[in-house]
Amino acid sequence: MSGYIMGQYDVIVVGAGHAGCEAALAAARMGKKTLILSINLEAIAMMACNPSIGGTGKGHLVREIDALGGEMGLNIDKTFIQSKMLNTAKGPAVHSLRAQADKNRYHEEMKKTLELQDNLDLKQGEAVDLVIEDGKACGVVMRTHSIYRCKAVILATGTFLKGKIFIGESVFDSGPNGLAPSMELGENLRKLGLPMRRFKTGTPARALGKSLDYSKMTEQLGDEKIVPFSFLNNGLEKEQISCWLTYTNEETHTVIRNNFQRSALFGGQIEGVGPRYCPSIEDKVNRFADKKRHQLFIEPEGLSTDEIYIQGMSSSLPEDVQRDFYQTIPGLENLEIVRPAYAIEYDCIDPLDLKLNLENRQIENLFCAGQFNGSSGYEEAAAQGLMAGINAVLKIDKKNPFILQRNEAYIGVLIDDLVTKGTNEPYRIMTSRAEYRLVLRQDNADLRLTEKSHALGLATEERYRKFLDKKEIVFNEQKRLERAMVDPQDINDFLVERGSTPIQKKMSILELMKRPQVGYDDLSFVDPERPLLSDHARTQLEVQIKYEGYIAKQEQQIQRFKKLEDKKLESDFNYDEVEGIRIEARQKLNQFKPVSLGQASRISGISPADINVLLIHLEKMRRKK
Amino acid sequence: MDDTIAAIATAYGEGGIGIIRVSGPETLEILRKIFVPQGNGIENRKMTYGHIMDPENGQIVDEVLSVFMESPHTYTKEDVAEIDCHGSMVSLRKTLELALRNGARLAEPGEFTKRAFLNGRLDLSQAEAVIDLIKAKTDKSFDVAMEQLEGSLSSEIKKIRQKMMDLLVNVTVNIDYPDEDIEELTYENMEIAISQLDDMIEKLLDTADSGRILREGLKVAIIGKPNVGKSSLMNQLLKESRAIVTDIPGTTRDTIEEVVSIKNIPVTITDTAGIRDTEDKIEQIGIEKSKKSFNEADLIIFVMDSSREISAEDEEIMDYIGTRRCIVLMNKIDLGSIWNKERIQEKLPNGAVLETSMLERSGAEKIEAEILDMVYSGKARQNESLFVTNARHKDLLERAKKSLDDAAAMAGMREAMDFIEVDIKNSYDFLGEIIGETVSDDIINEVFSRFCLGK
Repeated sequence: MSGYIMGQYDVIVVGAGHAGCEAALAAARMGKKTLILSINLEAIAMMACNPSIGGTGKGHLVREIDALGGEMGLNIDKTFIQSKMLNTAKGPAVHSLRAQADKNRYHEEMKKTLELQDNLDLKQGEAVDLVIEDGKACGVVMRTHSIYRCKAVILATGTFLKGKIFIGESVFDSGPNGLAPSMELGENLRKLGLPMRRFKTGTPARALGKSLDYSKMTEQLGDEKIVPFSFLNNGLEKEQISCWLTYTNEETHTVIRNNFQRSALFGGQIEGVGPRYCPSIEDKVNRFADKKRHQLFIEPEGLSTDEIYIQGMSSSLPEDVQRDFYQTIPGLENLEIVRPAYAIEYDCIDPLDLKLNLENRQIENLFCAGQFNGSSGYEEAAAQGLMAGINAVLKIDKKNPFILQRNEAYIGVLIDDLVTKGTNEPYRIMTSRAEYRLVLRQDNADLRLTEKSHALGLATEERYRKFLDKKEIVFNEQKRLERAMVDPQDINDFLVERGSTPIQKKMSILELMKRPQVGYDDLSFVDPERPLLSDHARTQLEVQIKYEGYIAKQEQQIQRFKKLEDKKLESDFNYDEVEGIRIEARQKLNQFKPVSLGQASRISGISPADINVLLIHLEKMRRKK
Repeated sequence: MDDTIAAIATAYGEGGIGIIRVSGPETLEILRKIFVPQGNGIENRKMTYGHIMDPENGQIVDEVLSVFMESPHTYTKEDVAEIDCHGSMVSLRKTLELALRNGARLAEPGEFTKRAFLNGRLDLSQAEAVIDLIKAKTDKSFDVAMEQLEGSLSSEIKKIRQKMMDLLVNVTVNIDYPDEDIEELTYENMEIAISQLDDMIEKLLDTADSGRILREGLKVAIIGKPNVGKSSLMNQLLKESRAIVTDIPGTTRDTIEEVVSIKNIPVTITDTAGIRDTEDKIEQIGIEKSKKSFNEADLIIFVMDSSREISAEDEEIMDYIGTRRCIVLMNKIDLGSIWNKERIQEKLPNGAVLETSMLERSGAEKIEAEILDMVYSGKARQNESLFVTNARHKDLLERAKKSLDDAAAMAGMREAMDFIEVDIKNSYDFLGEIIGETVSDDIINEVFSRFCLGK
């Protein structure tokens, strides 16, 4: 390979989006000499689409990333301009935090964090090829012919890889937001034999806030009491900025319908598969023709700009049509678009070609994360980036991979879904994808994961101490509540008022709290010895007590689930030797090499009978030893 | 942590004695609920006489001998109970159902042996046998299940699941897309939907509980003019089905009634004397009898000689059958058939035409298969189009219902939707197991196809 060596690293991360940043920080924090590459350093942690972090399922991911010592939670806590807890009318398992971000500040803060991180170098430049020796990734070749050598590469190329933008009839090679695409690397990855495919996504127009008439829209305020994302933060206070709600109408739909043929989407130029959960507005009008109106939110892009984001209205129609249909919307009549909506198509890998540690099956020491793996969303990307970073380090150190199970974290669900089931569209996390949602709550992410991140060296001492303290406080308070008894005459008036059955004899506060109408805070008037708890601890305590029964039920299901997960399958296991498995299943198993019977049972085409036969075979082998 | 399994451990349908085996941690608990011992109560490894009793209504199901064996010195190395039932097939099934309703799950094919092996009970040489067992039994039970699912049971389950899916999709979209412009699901609507679903499952379960065919058997009347092969058909059916449960002597010299067991279904077959009017007083009585059994029959087998012209009597019989369900047996095809199938089909729109020769053994087999098919596809009865006969199906339906009842209780208490969803989802999965569909991604797919969501 022509070129010159410019440096030697342990880990090189290609791409500095949400996946790349977490990957690089994790590797560096675990003590590895790390390099992060970006086509443009202004694109670090760029929010190329919506200006928000979190939401259902996604908020859970951010909490988990935070508990594992990642940066996303801390960074959004520094830079949010509005915060909202969604789903509060539902159970604690689906309460979901979402914050509007100041996009520029989000980028700046993350960039600064990378810059100040020990063991981490940043370089602006375009990676065009990988150095592969003996089937192992060991370096990156740059456009400038400089070569960086390393022990592991993490690919987190987002939508840059062979990016192609569609705006009406106009089609051109481009990365997101007018940045240069990464064309050559895409070609070279195909040459390496990686199973690449095309996915598509889109973003709405950005316009200037001064051109809007907010009086025609409904204001959307943030929560009065701000709940931080990071476990390290308590009681944040900030002046919040509003979002605005308005709707499309028949006129909007007519403009769009009259121009269907000018959309790249219907013109057939786009070969990539887009996500069904964020269809473009023309797609919505087409597929849901009977819907009279579609809602859209106006979201500020930040404090240092007047740009706004039009949530709900992504499009690949030409600019004149975009202007025409946006201007039919109440409040948007004089809309001044500064960046048109576009659809973007990009290269990504079939995630079935990855192992659970996010390492490629064919090329050793090549790790992959984010949209490159067929996912969608900042949070999904960051979660994979973090896991890829951790696992690259563990691989270099010849340690066991760090895998989160489906019952341990949404991150586990996300990665297992991607690499075991694969995906035919950009993958988005949803709470309904998790089988054990009641135990995978955002309020207990720290309890589920801090011990693990501490063992990995990612949780700081501060985090670990805070975690131990909270655990102890919750434990002690629960014990105290068990013993704190209330007399009927002190509480019955209150119970009747709440529509709860009065009590006949003394009852503990803990028992009273199990009633749906009664909360921890409500009972302070009969509980004089109550200590002052942090918000984190109080939420934790309340959920733990109130939902004990449901949680215990789910724990039982998990025990059953784990029986198969704990039956490990060696990677050199030869399925041809197992009598009694169907041929189709045998081929799949030989090709896939699942790590456990549990994973095997989730591969498409493997039947319960195959699993039973394998179970017997494993026992047979165990006894022969 | 394994669950507790139960199954009938002896071969089906042979005689009246059978053993129910239960294995797993809850064995003793279940036994205590359904078995009332006489004397000192249940002791480890001691055969005890007593009664199986339905704890819900105190009804005695059977008089049994039962033994409880504490782990680890048992076949599966788990706690095991065996119940020797002495009553009929029906009480055997009933006992199994009680075990299932009180905490056990129906064992999968080969599961006792599988557990025995996995718990170290069997030696290595037996491993292959275990695998064969799992394979063979799985294939077989799959075939049987498919056979039963061909008909309206599967379409009924699909209908319930479709409706349940509507509800699940609504719950899911409410949980995962709180910001979208979609109708909010109220508790009232949720309760209505749950109770409708509950009714649908209940209805199916009713057919299993009242399962007249299993309890009372199927009544089949053979009809046809003399000398067409009715008697040889009767004889062959009796020969083919080895297990003759009882035989009731014919009450008149013309009507012969026999009870045979076809694949565990007791079938009462009446060879009728014909329906043609006559002046003979004694024959008249026979004809009245014939008409009565004809009218009471669940299924009619019309036997005819396909080598001869249609006679007035054949026409009369066909008019009499009309639109009722029947099997038309075109007998003596070896002598050259001159009847044409289309014409018969026209006269008997609900007739299944079988061409056969009673001289060949295959004739009876064909009829047995046809009878079974009609039973399982729900065509055998006029007023009862559907019933659940398979214990596994019933077990899963019971579980589906239980989950739904839990969901209803929580909805009543206004618990959070996401808790309720867990139980509805379980119910959906149990129903899916009946028809072999357990992939749950279809809910997410439906969410996207029905609702307009996203940025």
